[in-house]
Amino acid sequence: MSDTLNVEGLTVHYATQEGALQALRDVALDVPPGQIVGIVGESGCGKSTLINALLQLMPENATIAAGAIRLEGEELVGASQRRLRNMRGRDIAVIFQDPMTSLNPVLTIGRQMLDIQYRETRSRAEKLRRATEMLGRVGLPDPDAKLNAYPHELSGGQRQRVAIAMAVLMRPKLLIADEPTTALDATLEVQIIELLKELQQEIGCAILFISHHLGVIAELCHRVVVMYAGEAIEEGPVADVFLRPSHPYTAKLIECDPGRMKTKAALLPSIPGDLPDLTAPPEGCIFRARCDKATDLCRTKPMPVAVTGAHWARCHFAAGAGA
Amino acid sequence: MLQYTFQRVLLALAIIVVAISALFTIMITLPGDPTTVLLGPRATPELRAAFRANMGLDDPVLVQIANFWGRVLRGDLGTDYNRNRPVAEAVFSALPHTMALVFGAIFWSATLGILLGAFSADNRNSWLDRVSGILSVGFIAAPSFVVALYSLLLFSVTLRWFPTIGAGEPGDLGSRLYHLALPSFAIGLAWVGYVARIVRASMLETLGENYIRTARAFGLSRRKVIYNYALRVAILPAVQVLGVGIGGMLSSAVFAEIVFSRPGIGSLIYDSVSGRNYPVVMGSMLVAIGFFVTCALIADLVNAALDPRQRVK
Amino acid sequence: MGHFKHTLLGRLLADPMAVFAMLIISGLVLVALFADAISPHNYAEMNLVDRFAPPSSTYWLGTDNLGRDTFSRLAQGSRIALYVALVAVSISGTIGLILGMIAGFGPRWLDNVLLFIFDTLRAYPTIILALALAALLPRGLSTVIIVVVITSFSEYGRVVRTQTLSLKNAEFILAERAMGASSARIVFHHILPNVLGPFFILAAMNLPVVITIEAGMSFLGIGVPPGTPSWGATLKDGFDFIRTTPWIIVAGGLPLILVTLGFTFLGEALRDQLDPKLRKSR
Repeated sequence: MSDTLNVEGLTVHYATQEGALQALRDVALDVPPGQIVGIVGESGCGKSTLINALLQLMPENATIAAGAIRLEGEELVGASQRRLRNMRGRDIAVIFQDPMTSLNPVLTIGRQMLDIQYRETRSRAEKLRRATEMLGRVGLPDPDAKLNAYPHELSGGQRQRVAIAMAVLMRPKLLIADEPTTALDATLEVQIIELLKELQQEIGCAILFISHHLGVIAELCHRVVVMYAGEAIEEGPVADVFLRPSHPYTAKLIECDPGRMKTKAALLPSIPGDLPDLTAPPEGCIFRARCDKATDLCRTKPMPVAVTGAHWARCHFAAGAGA
Repeated sequence: MLQYTFQRVLLALAIIVVAISALFTIMITLPGDPTTVLLGPRATPELRAAFRANMGLDDPVLVQIANFWGRVLRGDLGTDYNRNRPVAEAVFSALPHTMALVFGAIFWSATLGILLGAFSADNRNSWLDRVSGILSVGFIAAPSFVVALYSLLLFSVTLRWFPTIGAGEPGDLGSRLYHLALPSFAIGLAWVGYVARIVRASMLETLGENYIRTARAFGLSRRKVIYNYALRVAILPAVQVLGVGIGGMLSSAVFAEIVFSRPGIGSLIYDSVSGRNYPVVMGSMLVAIGFFVTCALIADLVNAALDPRQRVK
Repeated sequence: MGHFKHTLLGRLLADPMAVFAMLIISGLVLVALFADAISPHNYAEMNLVDRFAPPSSTYWLGTDNLGRDTFSRLAQGSRIALYVALVAVSISGTIGLILGMIAGFGPRWLDNVLLFIFDTLRAYPTIILALALAALLPRGLSTVIIVVVITSFSEYGRVVRTQTLSLKNAEFILAERAMGASSARIVFHHILPNVLGPFFILAAMNLPVVITIEAGMSFLGIGVPPGTPSWGATLKDGFDFIRTTPWIIVAGGLPLILVTLGFTFLGEALRDQLDPKLRKSR
């Protein structure tokens, strides 16, 4: 059975005044059916660009310089607008980060949930019924009343549940969750993650879950991809990657996770240095300037090195490092 | 929504009362014989004496204001002593003509402006966008009475495509509209510019919002997203501007009525000022200001109805 | 020289609209200053034989109903326009600036009172107020200026008030207060400079409006005294005799359109340059 999502060699450039900004370089990842794959990375690693590319909804100055994106074997890059539109919201659905701004403020929830069902030939009453049912399923009390509410009348957690309801309403093949819990407090975060787990079991969709919260990724995902400055630098089963990180950046990321700190410290640990300038990416390994294990070998670009069968990292020293 | 409406109506009434009272006060407290001011220079001495007694002109100012409003609330806007008829009659027969003019102008300028603005935002930086951008500024800049004069000169006097005088035959809708065309064009031209620019800017801002991205992520067509979702939000600032701009349009209407020799509140005020017919001046000012504030109020309420966020004030 | 490109003037000169605007405005100022020198005839001189003449080499823009040279009259008119514009904008701007800062920075009740005054003044459509006041006051430039000031200062007041309100809670203001600065010092030393940006843009956009108000009032016969060659008065003459000759109107409208276009383009260019948020979204 083919993967739900295959991304190969994806390279995306933005045209800017300072030259071409290489936001994504040769990114590859796979999401097998029914699996939850996490993407971890700091701001600026290219997560948003990746999502926009997957949806083929990129800004005017962005071009896909190379690569392929396949949903259940069907190529998305270069596909017709009509085909892409058909897939959005039905085969691929997205839950965005900030539900306050991602829901239309001047339309009621009911209206928005009706609009996304525009392809269906059911009656309006039937569509509303489905919407109410789904709102109840995601844990909103009094779903009928919610249909007539506006987004600003709901709390943050409730809005995010609405966003989830909208996304899974059409039972998509691939659900992309863009930091869905970042804007919520810890208790809500737990509830939302539980909800996503349940829904994934029911619908059987694959999930691409983007977050910078390592704990949540560990809790929810089967596999994880680590991104840095536009490149996928490590990928593997989540336990493997977090317990035996094979790329120095991943190791540092885990080290610096505030959730892991066992003792109080005067300073939070951080990675020295800054993100590289993507209009002129450095030769060789992208992490070289900030890596304390870098040698001359690192001036050449590392290819993905297998650590185990399902776990690889883009580092010349990967095979030895994980042990 | 109800509470908001109530507040705004109250504020509007307060503004009308204060504005007109201020004007009234200025008129009666100016040095000189108040009967001259209120009756005009043609009144006879007997009339003046009777008037003084009747109107309590030696009463304190506040009492006079109260009496004035008392009369207004009873529908008495004063008497036009020159033509021996109630001011209310003169004013309310003139008002519909001005309203037709103003609403005609709003209708065509808003429609064209919104379309132009939406289209410009959709095709940003295309030649159409740039040209319409410059034209918009040009339209805004040109003073409306100059536009009116030039249109009269070109389309009426020289080309004879449109009539030069009057509002058309009473009862004949076609004739009315024909006479309305050029004056409302002249008034509306500047507004096409305003509306187009505001809609364009507002659209561009709205198109960058996250919920637009969501709509597209759910597969909604570009056309629906731009001309339905985004435009719905982007129109709001235009509605606001139009509501407030009614005042500007009233001023333009004065010129249009004079240039095209049309009846209306503008002509009425102008003629009564020239003729020193103060009761008519006061009465028509009251109605003009009342009309203006009411339109601004309605625009405000429409705005709140369209954008639920506005009501949480 | 490299630095100049990035100064305000440098950036303005790079914008063709701004250059056009500045040319027109300089033209206006020059014509106003040298009106007598460049006028081929005396603006009040009547040659009844040549009345209603179309443009020719003798009368560059033709003559009016009393045989006066239109071009010379328009040139004189530029003086009136400029004078009214500068005086009215200065006065209403100053009043609006002070009241706006007081409204924004002072106690809540005062803000409410001033806001109500601003709102009420906005209830008077300009020309209608002008007509009402014209009924009571003698004709003349002072009346025009009074009308303009009364109808304009509230707009300055609102803009300044909004700016002041948003600045009031800015961090650097809080810091100053924490250091014990008096209200007066904060207002004049810190708020005022930050308010001047939008204020000057508004003033630039307001100048053509003022000129237009004067022209409109003179057109209606309630502005300058008869005989004064204001642009609006010329248009009035043209309108009265529109069936005899079109030239008075055609010529009379030109300076108004050019000047309003020029100032409006300048205001646009200034706004583009001074408001960084707008600059990005072009």
